[in-house]
Amino acid sequence: MPANTLMHAWILAVVLFGLGVAGLLARRNLVFMLMSIEIMLNAAGLAFIAAGARWGQADGQIMFILILTLAAAEVSVGLALILRLFSGTESVDADAARALHD
Amino acid sequence: MPTRPGRCTTDMATLLWLVPALPLLGFLLLFLSAGRAPRPVSALIGVGSTALAAVFALVLAGWLLSQGSGVLRVTLWRWIATAGLQVAIGFQLDTLSLVMMLVVTFVSFLIHLYSSEFMQQDEGYSRFFAYMNLFVASMLILVLADDLLLLFLGWEGVGLCSYLLIGFWYRNPSNGYAARKAFIVTRVGDTAFMIGLLLLATHLGTLAIGPMLAGAQVQWPTGSVLPTAAAALLLGGAVGKSAQLPLQTWLPDAMAGPTPVSALIHAATMVTAGVYLIARMHALFELAPSVLLAVAAIGAATLLLAAFAALAQHDLKRILAYSTMSQIGYMFLALGVGAWSAAIFHFMTHAFFKALLFLAAGAVMMRINDEHNIFRMGGLRRELPMAFWSFLIGSASLAALPLITAGFYSKDLILWSAWNFRPGGAVLWLAGLLGALITPIYIFRAVFVVFFGAQHTRPSSRYGVRIVLPLTVLSVLALTAGFVETPHALGSISALSRLLASTLPTRELAGSAALQTVAMVIAMVLALLGIAIAWWIYGRGAAGALRASAPVRALARWWLGGWGFDWLYDQTLVQPFLWITRINRADVIDTGYGALAALGRLANGLLSQTEDGRLRRYAGWIAAGSLVAVAVAMFA
Repeated sequence: MPANTLMHAWILAVVLFGLGVAGLLARRNLVFMLMSIEIMLNAAGLAFIAAGARWGQADGQIMFILILTLAAAEVSVGLALILRLFSGTESVDADAARALHD
Repeated sequence: MPTRPGRCTTDMATLLWLVPALPLLGFLLLFLSAGRAPRPVSALIGVGSTALAAVFALVLAGWLLSQGSGVLRVTLWRWIATAGLQVAIGFQLDTLSLVMMLVVTFVSFLIHLYSSEFMQQDEGYSRFFAYMNLFVASMLILVLADDLLLLFLGWEGVGLCSYLLIGFWYRNPSNGYAARKAFIVTRVGDTAFMIGLLLLATHLGTLAIGPMLAGAQVQWPTGSVLPTAAAALLLGGAVGKSAQLPLQTWLPDAMAGPTPVSALIHAATMVTAGVYLIARMHALFELAPSVLLAVAAIGAATLLLAAFAALAQHDLKRILAYSTMSQIGYMFLALGVGAWSAAIFHFMTHAFFKALLFLAAGAVMMRINDEHNIFRMGGLRRELPMAFWSFLIGSASLAALPLITAGFYSKDLILWSAWNFRPGGAVLWLAGLLGALITPIYIFRAVFVVFFGAQHTRPSSRYGVRIVLPLTVLSVLALTAGFVETPHALGSISALSRLLASTLPTRELAGSAALQTVAMVIAMVLALLGIAIAWWIYGRGAAGALRASAPVRALARWWLGGWGFDWLYDQTLVQPFLWITRINRADVIDTGYGALAALGRLANGLLSQTEDGRLRRYAGWIAAGSLVAVAVAMFA
């Protein structure tokens, strides 16, 4: 892979990560927040894949598989929490979950 | 000891550490039983352990005397090992500690036996014996220790037991107050003692008594600053423990404890620990003649002050408490004039007759509903013959009734030694003589008021053998213990001073035998005169006329409060201290710490506002934080 393709892939990754952060901060719906986190994780994964391809190292792919596993675990736990919250409050609003704080 | 096989010495060494270990074991058993043991078992442990210790002490005495002038040492284990100081847990038995050990174990045993009946109805029966056993163990550690630090351990141990036993009936707040007073006042002396220990340890590099004293004699010239300071500090400790001027105020209040406690701790043994300390450290005190003179002066002043204060008391136990103070004053006087063995002699006879007096007083009071005021007693001679004869014998010995009592011989030796002291011997002798006149007056005042005259109370019940036996044995000892040491005119026996000569130096007394006889006759006449005065005032009822005069009443009020020392200390020490605490209620030093706490609370308030439960805000902070971290990693 040529060097400037790597740069393109990294710019894409940064954009994706930024979208994820923006979504996380802007959305109040917990399901969308979870999706934003997924996007951020995948952005990181993309950066690893691209770097692994550039230098011909297997580490990038290994890291991606790790991130994949992590994301699967995170989503299952996150969704289960959201379901619990929804059954209690009839809402998936993150700000409504503030009630847990008090 | 070449003629004896080594095994015998080993056996004796085992016996030696067993003597303090047995009461300690008794204490542990009673302590761990937590009051659940039945009364007979508690009594058996308490009395049995001291009895066994007394038997062992007797065996040791027989062995040591057969050895001539040997010293038995046993080192159990190392206690403290630092570069500058080695301290071992070890005991030594020489003739001085032998006499102390014998008196302590035997008087303890008799008083434990007496207590097993005296305290029969008390709910804290097992607790009582636990404390008493701990006391005996501590006292034995004190007298047997071969290291000054171990001696100090025993010293603090007896102080603790004294505190626990004065406040034994803790439900009454005034008993707790008396206990705290005793503890705090003696603590003043103990602090001086501890500073003295540090001084000795830093300058001589050891606290093991033998090497330390030898080092002091080599390194320090007589009368120089260091031995004077060290001896003065040790004297501070001795003064506190032995209730001498100016730390004497705790002893009369200590009578709040049960009577056997007063007999054992506050008459026979613990309060004489100061006398033992000075006798044990005699080589150090001889390097400081000015301190030794102070010892004699303190003794003479205390013996007079306490004797006059005893004249005015109406609580029977307080009379005996002031009398104890006064008699220890005699011992200090003897120590001060260098009559070491006379002090130990008087310690021994005093232990017998004063324990007897206290036990007899307890025997009287337990039969008349715990009445302490002598003026509400009276005429008890016929109803309580056992208590009467015991108290009479004890009083006679205290009053130094000539020829037949032990107190006469020990007091006479002290007076004679004071007479021979230069300079100032005549003054000390006169002070002692005045005390010898007052002593019979105050004690026979008690005898005549309590046992003669009209009867006010009707005694109940009878004494068991456990009270009769100690009273009998102590009565015999109070009469006969003096025959081990008699003046020239009366046989010139010197068994005790010969025994002690291997440990304590003897001073050749300059006065001739004829002069000694004259001095003795003067003391005899004064003792008889004192009894006659007491009879004239209290036996024939001249007291009423005396009480009618205003100056006498004022004087009596002054003496009743122990010369107003409590008032003086309250005004000069307690009140200023309370004043300082009042004006410094918001402690100045606390403001610094208060500011620290306020800062913490402020930071806590700020930070806890960030934790508001808004998930997105958290995410925002995390994002911002990551950004900062990345920026720092990239540009820094």
